[in-house]
Amino acid sequence: MNAFMTWLENQLAENSIFTLQTLSYYGDGLTTTVQLVFLSLVIGLIAAVPLAIGRGSKHAWIKWPIFAYTYVFRGTPLLIQLYLIYYGVVFVDGIQETWLWVILEEPFVPALIAFTLNTAAYTTEIFRGAIKSTSKGEIEAARAYGMSPQQTMRRIIIPSAFRRALPAYGNEVIFMLHASAIASVVTIMDLTGAARFVYARFYAPFDAFLFVAAIYLCLTFTILYFFRYLEKKLLAHLQPQNS
Amino acid sequence: MKKLLSVSLLGLAVAASAAQAQEDQVRIGVDVPYEPMEYRTPDGELTGFDIDLGNALCERIGVECEWVVQGWDGIIPGLMARKYDAIMSSMTINDDRREQVLFSEPYITPPSAWFAPEGTDLDTTNEESLAGMTIGVQRGTLQDNYVTDMYGDVADINRYSTADDMVLDMESKRLDILFLDYPVGKSTLLDSEEGNYVVVGEMLTEPKEYFGDGFGIAFRQRDEALAEQFNEALAEVREDGTYDEIYSRYFGGQE
Repeated sequence: MNAFMTWLENQLAENSIFTLQTLSYYGDGLTTTVQLVFLSLVIGLIAAVPLAIGRGSKHAWIKWPIFAYTYVFRGTPLLIQLYLIYYGVVFVDGIQETWLWVILEEPFVPALIAFTLNTAAYTTEIFRGAIKSTSKGEIEAARAYGMSPQQTMRRIIIPSAFRRALPAYGNEVIFMLHASAIASVVTIMDLTGAARFVYARFYAPFDAFLFVAAIYLCLTFTILYFFRYLEKKLLAHLQPQNS
Repeated sequence: MKKLLSVSLLGLAVAASAAQAQEDQVRIGVDVPYEPMEYRTPDGELTGFDIDLGNALCERIGVECEWVVQGWDGIIPGLMARKYDAIMSSMTINDDRREQVLFSEPYITPPSAWFAPEGTDLDTTNEESLAGMTIGVQRGTLQDNYVTDMYGDVADINRYSTADDMVLDMESKRLDILFLDYPVGKSTLLDSEEGNYVVVGEMLTEPKEYFGDGFGIAFRQRDEALAEQFNEALAEVREDGTYDEIYSRYFGGQE
């Protein structure tokens, strides 16, 4: 490892921008971005499933609050949501005396909350669409077998809706990765934060941002590849049969 | 034919006068708000030390100043991209920037200072005492460079796009200490309603590799003639007392 570091140091000695120090900024930024996006997607996904089911509920008191939530979070920019949750929360009287402040004080948690609420809203609508488009025949068949509505939901509708939602959800994951670039406005040193630091320090917009663009591109293609693989596996039964 | 000729002549005349107007105008990039250097009055008008001094200089040269508001982290690239012809935005002259832009003579040399809530026991001359502290700086400023190099390994550094965000986070106690230009800190922290802030330790103007030689007006390297005009005007306003009058308007009597 040491030999590798010396080698890297020698390689980098030639240029003034990509030193070990700036590369370590990019490295830390990459870690932060991946953590932030991954956590918000996982929590958002878990929250979105019950919300999507509730969104199609017959009861107005379940249906409308969820509709209002997705409407607001899909209708406003993520940047504004982040500002409200990070800087706005300071103006809530007495919040600094509560335990909430301990978690809201650092920028990571407010950003995570903003990202999670945002992606959960989009994911809810994606799943709701998939649930709604379940073909009538499948449901009727399930009922004919004597399944209760709950059983139908659990065994038939949800699994097939998951599969149908996959391509749209893959896009949402990529959008979320790209949207996370705003995290640096609340002082988080994510990938974009690292690039802005290098840009401001060396006045080198091309070097700083092209480098970070390449990293984002790699991440995006990794996600794309992963979803391609999932689709191929889970939607295999829908592929045309080759004789 | 005749009509065509006269129309094109008219066109030429318009173009010529437009070019003329261009030369009578200097566009100056500025990043607001940094009270008292450059900020907006409640009714939205640009004002501040830089603005008043810049206008006085333009008047002396006989051109019209147009102020272009531009965020700090893109202010030098904006100059290169010809979005404006000069930058007058509390920019410290240093060697890094000299490679990019041409500076006027320094027009003011304010120190940088550490600001913290009253009663703090931080000792900024001692790197140890800042270990684990959260330091606020503005991204891409010389203060950012200084703090990053001096304390980057021991302290958390939060970098902000605007001084307002930074002060807000100071008030909400997300930050332990700030490092910024003294005049900016004075007006935003010391003179604010909260008022419970103090300057910690010595104000800094050394070492020169970070703190440079005071604030200068930046131009593109090739615009030497323009820079020279501004230098002459600067010497004149210092001579005739206009400078002192503007200075005391924003900083009180003493320098």
